[in-house]
Amino acid sequence: MPLETDFPQNFEAREFKVVGKRPVRPDGVDKVTGRAKFGADAVAPGMLHAKILRSPHAHAKIVSIDTSKAEALAGVKAVVTRDDFPVHEAVKEDQELMSVLTNVMAREKALYDGHAVAAVAATDPRIAAQALKLIEVEYEVLDHVIDEDLAMQPDAPILHEHLGHEYGGGKPSNVAGVTEIGHGDVEKGFAEAEVIVERSFKTGAAHQGYIEPHACLANIGSDGRGELWCCTQGQFMVRDTCTQLLGMDVSNLRVTPSEIGGGFGGKTTVFIEPVAVALSRKAGKPVKIVMSRDEVFRATGPTASASLWIKVGAKKDGTITAADAILKYQGGAFPGSPVDMGAMASFACYALENVRAVGYDVVTNRPKQAAYRAPGAPMAAFAVESVISELAGELGMDPIDFRLKNAAGDGTKSSFGPTYDEIGLIETLEAAKKTEHYNSPLGPNQGRGVASGFWFNFGGQTAVSLNLNVDGTVALSVGTPDIGGSRASMCAMAAEELGCDYDDVYCIVADTASLGFNDVTDGSRVTFASGLATIQAARQAKQRMIDRAAKIWGIPSDAVKWENGAAHPSGPNAGEHEPLSIKDIAAMAGETGGPIAGHHEIAAEGAGPSFATHIVDAEIDRDTGRIDIKRYTVVQDAGKAVHPAYVEGQFQGGAVQGIGWALNEEYIYNDKGLLENPGFLDYRVPVASDLPMIETVIVEKPNPGHPYGVRGVGETSIVPPMGAIANAVSAAAKVRATEIPMSPPRMLKLLRDSEATAKAAE
Amino acid sequence: MVQVTLWGSLRDYADGAETLEAEGENIYQVLQDLGKKHPNLQPILKKGVTVSLDGQIYRQNLMQEVKPDSEVFLLPKMAGG
Amino acid sequence: MSKHHVTTTINGDDVEFLCDPQETLLDVLRDRLGMTGSKEGCGTGDCGACTVNVDGKIVCACLMLGAEAEGRAISTIEGMAQGELLHPLQRKFLEHAALQCGICTPGILVAAKALLEENPDPSETEVRYWLAGNLCRCTGYDKIVRAVMDAAEEMRGRNYAA
Repeated sequence: MPLETDFPQNFEAREFKVVGKRPVRPDGVDKVTGRAKFGADAVAPGMLHAKILRSPHAHAKIVSIDTSKAEALAGVKAVVTRDDFPVHEAVKEDQELMSVLTNVMAREKALYDGHAVAAVAATDPRIAAQALKLIEVEYEVLDHVIDEDLAMQPDAPILHEHLGHEYGGGKPSNVAGVTEIGHGDVEKGFAEAEVIVERSFKTGAAHQGYIEPHACLANIGSDGRGELWCCTQGQFMVRDTCTQLLGMDVSNLRVTPSEIGGGFGGKTTVFIEPVAVALSRKAGKPVKIVMSRDEVFRATGPTASASLWIKVGAKKDGTITAADAILKYQGGAFPGSPVDMGAMASFACYALENVRAVGYDVVTNRPKQAAYRAPGAPMAAFAVESVISELAGELGMDPIDFRLKNAAGDGTKSSFGPTYDEIGLIETLEAAKKTEHYNSPLGPNQGRGVASGFWFNFGGQTAVSLNLNVDGTVALSVGTPDIGGSRASMCAMAAEELGCDYDDVYCIVADTASLGFNDVTDGSRVTFASGLATIQAARQAKQRMIDRAAKIWGIPSDAVKWENGAAHPSGPNAGEHEPLSIKDIAAMAGETGGPIAGHHEIAAEGAGPSFATHIVDAEIDRDTGRIDIKRYTVVQDAGKAVHPAYVEGQFQGGAVQGIGWALNEEYIYNDKGLLENPGFLDYRVPVASDLPMIETVIVEKPNPGHPYGVRGVGETSIVPPMGAIANAVSAAAKVRATEIPMSPPRMLKLLRDSEATAKAAE
Repeated sequence: MVQVTLWGSLRDYADGAETLEAEGENIYQVLQDLGKKHPNLQPILKKGVTVSLDGQIYRQNLMQEVKPDSEVFLLPKMAGG
Repeated sequence: MSKHHVTTTINGDDVEFLCDPQETLLDVLRDRLGMTGSKEGCGTGDCGACTVNVDGKIVCACLMLGAEAEGRAISTIEGMAQGELLHPLQRKFLEHAALQCGICTPGILVAAKALLEENPDPSETEVRYWLAGNLCRCTGYDKIVRAVMDAAEEMRGRNYAA
């Protein structure tokens, strides 16, 4: 049967039988019993343990590397350095790949504290650690720069000679690029404004904080072919990147994704995988690498830290007349901070005639950034939503009403250009306004804040295979690692289409040899794109079962209909036939034409954006500066919640990451540019005792581009928290907080300074 | 012939023009035509751009049909997390 | 350096192993005994992903040496279910969707089990403070706390029934 490439993708309203319920996920029992295998849980006979030597300097020329003593140590089987990573053809032309290669193993310079300089594989982890100490590296220490504003100064230490010549007026600079979006005339708009608020903000970098450190096991044979087991958000991305960096044919490496202990975007790239493959190739044995927590903080990508300036003007009736932003993001030692998306997302919630956002992509001596849940948007939203609420206050308007007055709706021209289709922002604002939370009283030293947020959501390349087993159960293979419980949703969608029970469908995440290419799990795309492909694959399988039934009955296929999980004769000439269930057809498959399956490959598009509004109540202790989150509500548009419990889980998880980023998480560097808090003790993520229950309201404004109306939800939830919390804190403290994190020392200083200013004014 | 609007900083590579005209029946052909007519745009197009077509964001599928009255926006390359 | 010979009890079974002096109990469980249910999230006792129960008290296995297991009774996540029968906590976690990626789940389950053995009727605050040593990055803890309290309620009902 020919491959279906044209199919109805548009939303069709319907009654659901399986979708929308809360069944137990298929990988659940494994995860509560410890059976599930994560990145570090694999072993291979004869496996070697590898460790990576990392730069102790923030910025230094690597003059020489002498590995002879390490190689001579008993038990050491292979050592690699920059000499083992030549620049292959595919990498020469691609700046991003070149950055990845250089990040994976330093070349001429160590660019940050923790940059990989060499790696050793040995029979025992303790021998590998000992061998690292025997590697002699000669460094020439250079001046370093950590902060984005300082890195943009003309006298800042330069990281890359070939970079930033445009900004530097012909000389190298640390500004890799400048981006600008917007439309209209902001100067004219500000001239029309009757009230203007203008503020500068700083946000610290935050790490995705996944509890599972990166880990992989590479096993390459002497013919240059082999396998790689790793925790990743994209096994196809890992395969393609490793083979390109190491000059291998893509088909010679089969990558199997383990269960993944958190990613949030941080595992959409490679750090240790090419090193493991290179060592395994050299040693002729399996090589396992597991990062320590210290290494994860020093050498894997957090998101960018940022310096932001926002100016918004409005008329007295609350209409915004102009909005302007300057964003400076540092993305670590290589170009590619998400400032583009930050600029585009900044004012995405508002219908504006005059808007502009300018973004600077800055490099510094810090680890190479990686995507973190709605990359670029949370910092921008923090700054914008702070100004929006402050402006509402100046106008004497309720913060939700002010947002409603200017909210983007269906058919609004977005601030970044395209016209929105059907979107749910207004619905979330209205629902937020109606919550019991929003209408409840506050206590002393408490303040309430709201903020809205948005994420684009993406589609992407996706391939799914669905096979009918002899007993009528269904084997479903998807190619997108499950980071949030998505397998449950895939099973639900397949069951919905086929008319079978949820428990009859078993979903696995397949390796790279078993399916067509799949983009990484990112952009909140799995429920949307893998779901779309699953629905289409199920429909194809259903059609084939219809054709089989027709064959068995000797009638044309269009005289057969599918109802309640079975084929029924349909129409006046169909004749009398007992219905054939999936089980019946599956049992006869071998005799009636062979295996029955459906599959679907697509570059999925049509993902709809997800908007949200958050409400936060915060209390400040004026003696210690400590902020307590007393109450938190997430209101977000999911389009159609395929599995409501996991949609709520995404809302809550993103909100809590936002709370951590807002209140405590930060990178503390000393004056040598070395990271002082590379561990969970001092990189303080929220713990259970910090938090209240996170209330959730799921709004469903169907996405016109998906048969069930699904919108991705995973990323939007981290966009509003910092703004909402800053608004709540500023209300509680009665002074505007503009620096993230709003840690106790910062809040204390803010309180003391504002008290001093108030006293001086008296 | 379709109107293509460029994001702000891209305009510098098109002599300051905010919208350009391009020929093509799908996104791929439109991008090829833009690159031909405005060679300064080529390196950025090669690196990759995200295209919004009638409000729908396309990261990769360049075969989407483009009509003369389609709203086409070129946006910076995007990725999620 | 010669290895230590250790005799201990794990999940009710007698176990013997050899380990280097500096190996932690977590290293031994995962690398010597193949019990990979306990996870290493940090190696410094800050995240709780390696929580095990030693002689009735919860401990980070990364903060205990393998050699210190001599003569003790150790319980890990692998011993929580009885054959096919899941512990009420395990069932409630599945029911409440109290896990997303699942890496912190073994540690939290072992810790929660110890809580309910000591305090069968904890308040929400008591549950949160007991679990403060177990980091979860995915769920925001909401559904975890609900699952623990629901399991506690079921287990109290059972005890009265018995």
